[in-house]
Amino acid sequence: MSAHGETVAAPRGEAVGRPAASRRVKDAAFRLGMLVCLGLAILLLGVLLWDVAVDGADRLSLDFITSFASINADQAGIQAALTGTLWLMAVCAAFIIPVGVATAIYLEEYADNTKWYNRLVEVNIQNLAAVPSIVYGILGLAFLVRGPLSLGPVILAGGLTLGLLVLPVVIIAGREAIRAVPPSIREGSMALGATQWQTIWRQVLPAAVPGIATGVILSLSRAIGETAPLIVVGAATFVAFNPEGLDSNFTAMPIQIFDWISRPSNDVNDYRPLAAAGILLLMILLLAMNSVAIWLRNRFEQKW
Amino acid sequence: MTDERHEHGHESTEREARGLRQPLEVHHADSGAPAVDGVEPRTRVAREAIFRLEGVTVSYSAKPAVRDITFDIGRNEITALIGPSGCGKSTLIRCLNRMNDLIPSATVAGKVLYHGQDLYASEVDAVEVRKRIGMVFQKPNPFPKSIYDNIAFGPRVLGMKGDMDEIVERALHHAALWDEAKDRLKTNAFGMSGGQQQRLCIARCLAVEPDVILMDEPCSALDPISTGKIEDLMMELKKEYSIVIVTHNMQQAARVSDKTAFFTVELDEDEKNRTGRVVEFDDTEKIFTNPSDPRTEAYVTGKVG
Repeated sequence: MSAHGETVAAPRGEAVGRPAASRRVKDAAFRLGMLVCLGLAILLLGVLLWDVAVDGADRLSLDFITSFASINADQAGIQAALTGTLWLMAVCAAFIIPVGVATAIYLEEYADNTKWYNRLVEVNIQNLAAVPSIVYGILGLAFLVRGPLSLGPVILAGGLTLGLLVLPVVIIAGREAIRAVPPSIREGSMALGATQWQTIWRQVLPAAVPGIATGVILSLSRAIGETAPLIVVGAATFVAFNPEGLDSNFTAMPIQIFDWISRPSNDVNDYRPLAAAGILLLMILLLAMNSVAIWLRNRFEQKW
Repeated sequence: MTDERHEHGHESTEREARGLRQPLEVHHADSGAPAVDGVEPRTRVAREAIFRLEGVTVSYSAKPAVRDITFDIGRNEITALIGPSGCGKSTLIRCLNRMNDLIPSATVAGKVLYHGQDLYASEVDAVEVRKRIGMVFQKPNPFPKSIYDNIAFGPRVLGMKGDMDEIVERALHHAALWDEAKDRLKTNAFGMSGGQQQRLCIARCLAVEPDVILMDEPCSALDPISTGKIEDLMMELKKEYSIVIVTHNMQQAARVSDKTAFFTVELDEDEKNRTGRVVEFDDTEKIFTNPSDPRTEAYVTGKVG
């Protein structure tokens, strides 16, 4: 072992000693570096949350949730936006679950990978997951709000637009979950005389549910915060009612927050605490959804 | 020939009621009949041939894995397929219940006659075939469900009528697993030991009341005690079912089987392709004590691995 910290191979026959000093130092420095990066990331997030909490925590109350928007900052609340967001999430989920799962099943269980059209679909799903959200907004405007379907700027159009946005995520998560089911399960089922569909419906899908559910919830977590596509599709900014149905005009939480931030604040009406409270509420919702996703994944995780 | 499984109520009408497209006819072969076209002189027709393989060749992506297989499998017998690794025993056994259909690159040439009917004829439905011909795999593969649901799965998807509790209990008795399982029917199947899981897979197979049970190295993942239990089980089962077993374990083949087919691997002259062939097919006792082919003798006496 060299005293100067050079790396010297231990002479044969001698017991293996500790690595040379320089290697230990490098090892420790690397670990420290990683910890610093991690700390920075957490710190940034913490500072952001702290800043928002300081501004908005007081404003967050039952009144806030049950009041509608108002010019009068003291009386304004987020109810319309909250219910709008919940409606949008419901429509989005109702769309992405059947369509996403069916697509995942088709791609994993039925599609012949040598066929060009199947390969095309596969490549494009990855692309679609990366397309900026405002492009989906324009798509929704062109085809859902106006154009062929002409739904108007309503909940159904908003929910479907968000659904299209996050559908690739559901498909990818669904495919991973289905692929994780071992082939031996499928073989065992087919060997008993089950058809392919029976095997998928009764063995593969039930085993893949945790992965699919996680994918769905993560998709919804993303959709809940999307603002640009909703603006393009026509979410109103000043809405003082709850949505009444799929064909109702609407607003959503990110839009409402954006509206409050953009308004000039003065001593009479200060909208900034409202915005902060809205952000806090949004983060609480997000945290709740992700916790459910993690709980689901852990509870039903299959150990093969 | 009496229908030895009458207790299960097997009649051709019931089979038709279960939705078979083609009622399979039982083919009675005379014992000691002269060789039929394509059947090697060495093979002997058992009391009744349940399978007749004639020139079966299985290829993966046009490369033959197993070539010109011709022998009969007898009813209520245990037929063992032995031979070194890679000689296509598993490939061949998977032909018998059309499991090779699940592999897109696999093609099967030649005739596989089950009760006289070609299994690969275009009008035969593979799903129907698998209802009659069950399979147990090398690695126990219970479903991630309870013991009860594992066994009930087959009868449920096949739409079998009857009291499910009774069907499950009967299958577990048949597989010599009832005592060990009766108090934990609703617990997850993965909680069982390897040997128990394999017997569960056998019970699952029995629950759909097959005619034939194919076993692809069923004991190779198990300890000797579990292996012994399953071998005892096989001797019991052969009274009602016909069994074909692939095994690497020569002693096992010698212990349980009535007939043995010895496979070997041949290298193609020009290509580097390995193809399996049957060298000898005969009564187990003859194969192990007085084989006709020197290759067989070399293998069973352990000169060649």
